[in-house]
Amino acid sequence: MEIIEILFTASFWAAAIRIASPLIFATLGELICERAGVLNLGIEGIMVAGAFAGWMAVYSGTGLWTGVCVAMVVGMLFGLLHSTLTVPFGLSQHVVGLGVTLLATSSTYYAYRLALPEVTSPPKIEAFQPFEIPILSDIPLLGPALFSQTPLTYLAFVLVGVVSMVLYRTPLGLAVRAAGENPAAVAAQGLSVTAIRMGAVMVGSGLMAVGGAFLTMSAFDSFFFEMVNGRGWICIALVVFGSWRPGKALLGAVLFAAFDALQIRVQQTSLGTLIPYQIFLMMPYILSIFALILMSRRAEVPAALMVPFNKGER
Amino acid sequence: MRLEPINNPTLARKLVPPALALASTVVIASLLAMVAGANPFSVIGLILKGAFGSKFAILETLNRATPLIFTGLAVAVAFRAKFWNIGAEAQLYAGALVTVLLGTGFLPWSSFAILPLIIVASIIVGAVVLLVPALLKTRFGVDEVVTTLLFNFIFLLFISMLLEGVLKDPMGMGWPKSARLIPEARLPRIVEGLRLHWGFGLAILSAVGIWIIQTRSTLGYEMRAVGLNKEAAAFAGIPVNVVIVKTALLSGGLAALAGFSEVAGLKGSLTLDLSPGFGYTGIIVAMLALLNPLAVVVAALFVAGIFVGADSMSRAADVPTYLADIMLATALLLMVLAIMLTRFRVVRD
Amino acid sequence: MSDTAVEALSLNAITKRFGELTANDAVSLSVNVGEVVALLGENGAGKTTLMNILFGQYTADSGTVRVFGDTLPPGNSRAALDAGVGMVHQHFTLADNLTVQENITLGVQSLLNPSLGHAAAKARIAALSEKFHLAVAPDARVGTLSVGERQRVEILKALYRDVRILILDEPTAVLTPQETDNLFATLRLAIAEGLSIIFISHKLHEVMAIADRVVVLRHGKMAGAANTKDTDQNALAAMMMGSEASPPEVSPAKPGPPLLALRDVTTPDVGSVPGLKSVSLALKAGQIVGLAGVSGNGQTAMADVVAGLLNPTDGDVEMGHETVKKWSPRIAVESGIARIPEDRHKTGTIADFDLVENAILERYKSPDFSKGGWLNWRKSRAFADGIIEKYDVRCPGSSTPIRLLSGGNMQKLILGRVLEAGPQIILANQPVRGLDIGAVHYVHSQLLAARDRGAAVLLISEDLDEVMALSDVIHVIADGRLSPEFKRGEMTPAQLGLWMAGQGFESDTAHAS
Repeated sequence: MEIIEILFTASFWAAAIRIASPLIFATLGELICERAGVLNLGIEGIMVAGAFAGWMAVYSGTGLWTGVCVAMVVGMLFGLLHSTLTVPFGLSQHVVGLGVTLLATSSTYYAYRLALPEVTSPPKIEAFQPFEIPILSDIPLLGPALFSQTPLTYLAFVLVGVVSMVLYRTPLGLAVRAAGENPAAVAAQGLSVTAIRMGAVMVGSGLMAVGGAFLTMSAFDSFFFEMVNGRGWICIALVVFGSWRPGKALLGAVLFAAFDALQIRVQQTSLGTLIPYQIFLMMPYILSIFALILMSRRAEVPAALMVPFNKGER
Repeated sequence: MRLEPINNPTLARKLVPPALALASTVVIASLLAMVAGANPFSVIGLILKGAFGSKFAILETLNRATPLIFTGLAVAVAFRAKFWNIGAEAQLYAGALVTVLLGTGFLPWSSFAILPLIIVASIIVGAVVLLVPALLKTRFGVDEVVTTLLFNFIFLLFISMLLEGVLKDPMGMGWPKSARLIPEARLPRIVEGLRLHWGFGLAILSAVGIWIIQTRSTLGYEMRAVGLNKEAAAFAGIPVNVVIVKTALLSGGLAALAGFSEVAGLKGSLTLDLSPGFGYTGIIVAMLALLNPLAVVVAALFVAGIFVGADSMSRAADVPTYLADIMLATALLLMVLAIMLTRFRVVRD
Repeated sequence: MSDTAVEALSLNAITKRFGELTANDAVSLSVNVGEVVALLGENGAGKTTLMNILFGQYTADSGTVRVFGDTLPPGNSRAALDAGVGMVHQHFTLADNLTVQENITLGVQSLLNPSLGHAAAKARIAALSEKFHLAVAPDARVGTLSVGERQRVEILKALYRDVRILILDEPTAVLTPQETDNLFATLRLAIAEGLSIIFISHKLHEVMAIADRVVVLRHGKMAGAANTKDTDQNALAAMMMGSEASPPEVSPAKPGPPLLALRDVTTPDVGSVPGLKSVSLALKAGQIVGLAGVSGNGQTAMADVVAGLLNPTDGDVEMGHETVKKWSPRIAVESGIARIPEDRHKTGTIADFDLVENAILERYKSPDFSKGGWLNWRKSRAFADGIIEKYDVRCPGSSTPIRLLSGGNMQKLILGRVLEAGPQIILANQPVRGLDIGAVHYVHSQLLAARDRGAAVLLISEDLDEVMALSDVIHVIADGRLSPEFKRGEMTPAQLGLWMAGQGFESDTAHAS
């Protein structure tokens, strides 16, 4: 079977890890927001904005890492907008999230049109190149798959560990989790629920933007409209699939990406020519829905997710 | 800071924040136009002129508003019961699909037979498309926001598959486009010679119908109760899950009518660019209308006016049309904030 | 106390207005080191507002707060905590999905600290539990704990922060009499350590037992102050109630035939909250059955079964002599069960609905209010106006959103809604929780009147005093099991307390007639 053969090629796994990377950033970002009690539906638009901002910075002459920082800052600004409206003002997280997605997407497209009015095909930048980690990259199969990636991919994997450590091992992480479980408990201990939630949403949004920037600065080397293409929504499903835990979310992202990489390859086999390509393209979305159904019974939703907190209210 | 409810808001309290929200939207749009090199003071004028400045412009705005009234109603109905249908886009295409399936000559009937049939079939299929996320929510507790969003992508790919496969028009010169509707399946114009079709009339009728349902019927009462407080509704004996499913059916049916109206009234065939995001824009329409079905008509005209006006302004002032989307997103965010400020006072402590 | 007493905390002439309501009117209170001061008052007397001002949740219109001589900045929620004041709230502020230790250490360290210091924290919690007799398992999730255990966590939270002044808001409301004794023992240990305590309560006998001094609030004003050794319960009651009417007289019941019966009903556990375990109970015409117990022992399941929200997994619900086959809230309402829910804000009413819409909430489908799926607003409005008139619901009109009403008026609307249908069976779940004294008497008199005209009443309350005052027969519920039936006056509070703590169930199979 061709499919089995595909599963044993290093290039397949390398692609899976590459596809997983932006999802990991954005899923971690959403996870941080939701752990603090805020559903961030701005994710899709923030990824678009991050993709453009990082790429545009590099195109304008900054270094690649500066570009990543620019994307992060742009993401945090949208996070600031989202959290200002949803946390102290307690507005509907659904409506504000969708509004932020619309605003981020449309202002990105507007900025793109203003910055590059004349271009017909989008210009390219010098994107992140794969960095082979000495010794480790020589391991058969695993080496080329895991250790010949771009630095941003390594950063994504490192961040999973960092976010996990912060959430479960530090007073800050405890405060974030408590804000998502019972904000009154946080307030009773003299901490500011508003500050914790807004901070979490800003950091989370920054990570979403870096996830978007991965697309233009590592996976590809230019910016297209529609390039995020629902990845943000898939990340929201991945957070549920991962039961709001960074490690499980990573596993979900890699599984999902492996499936995505597989469908791309199966399309090119003899089997793939028999089936309309749209069926393959549907698979990631259908898979996400099945993941949600599978996990819905078991998931441990943060108890105060989407519950606004107004101080002094009984 | 803290929010304190205002028990008896004054008239000023009710009017000033929304007015400020609209004014701020205008200011922000003008500033953005200035960034693009246009005269900030003329942009809004150009948009208004492009939207309402001539008979042609007004008809164009009314035509553009028609699908938005349907999707706006679909969202307003669903959000009222706190069922977050973000999938009006998919349901719209479902309605459009049914229209070309039944209206391209397969049923050689007269208009009086075929149009009602297509309308009913569109509503049913649109309702069924939303039934899946509704059942996933009520049976498994799967959040409908994500499922309806993902369904949009799935359904558009499905349409794309059909348009490149079985539904492809052999006369279409290779474009992914369906065959054209037979004349009997087209919606007639309201006034002969004016480019405005009966889809608009159907939209107004639907808005009034939904308003009556919401204010007078037990179903409307149930939907509002479930939306405001599920727990209390369940305690009182309202079958919450049944109400959610009924709401979804109504919402999906309304969104499907948008697709029907676009194909049968305007385009005459189904293509992948039938909807430039009418489903998503319906959310803005519904929110600006505060989920009131009659206000949806006004909000749809406003939103359509901005789109139509921005198109002509863009040509005149060389400002990207995305300015319209920015204006709407800004208006949406500022308006939800403004509405909150009509009911709550921000106090420092 | 003696002249050499050191003042720990003082609230000086605190005034706070909300619109036209003056919640605190020049209220002063001070507590010395090593002293227990009780703040006594009925619901709505202004106790909670005063504490919210102390903790910076509200800013006072005038007046100052001093802790160990230093004036606290107003409106700063950290200031009181940092000055060594800790509070055990009536509604616990614990996160269920976090462990005991996580709840206790939350916010104690700087958020920039790189580590939680897990081992050290655990040792310190163990030492404090030992010293103050507050046994808890640090790694247990709070959601799995009993109410008594949660209160211990709340107290440990304060002690862990080295508080010098501990405030307890209605701490005994959720405890058995025996648990209350244990709490008092802990508080005495704390006093011996040099802490000061403010004990907020409306229960006179507890105040007399634990406090050195008492400050009484009524309608936001200081109604008096006294040393406990110089006063007695009657004098305090007079200060607390003022000229309020006395509670309604209870005449002997004339029980009739059973109208609703549960036969060996079992329901599933929900998380750590037990369901019913083979419970049998009969509600007879003309009788009030009181259900006493510590919260979280199956009262919710019992209420839900009677209200039609929950179908037993085993056993039967019988009405008259017929077994009920299909059971739902709507069927319960149509069978003539009046249901007064535990939480009038969350389950009893829809806050943004007006009084008319709330009045017909249970019966909008009945021919009285709708026909063929269309509502008759004229009849609905007349119905609501009738309730407002008859039950003295104070409101600007029937088109007012119900969220603008006080708790007492909200409860009156609910009473009217359910009693106007002339119900044969009444489920009253915590019917007076959070109401001021006037409303309490009103609700109780309505329940008694309904009993006297032949209705069967099930009264579920965590307030043992309320259950004992109103009920003709009492059952105790503990861990989902039901005690035998006790007649009015048959048991002392202490004896009932033993049942509430789960003793007495082992030997027999808990059957009621």
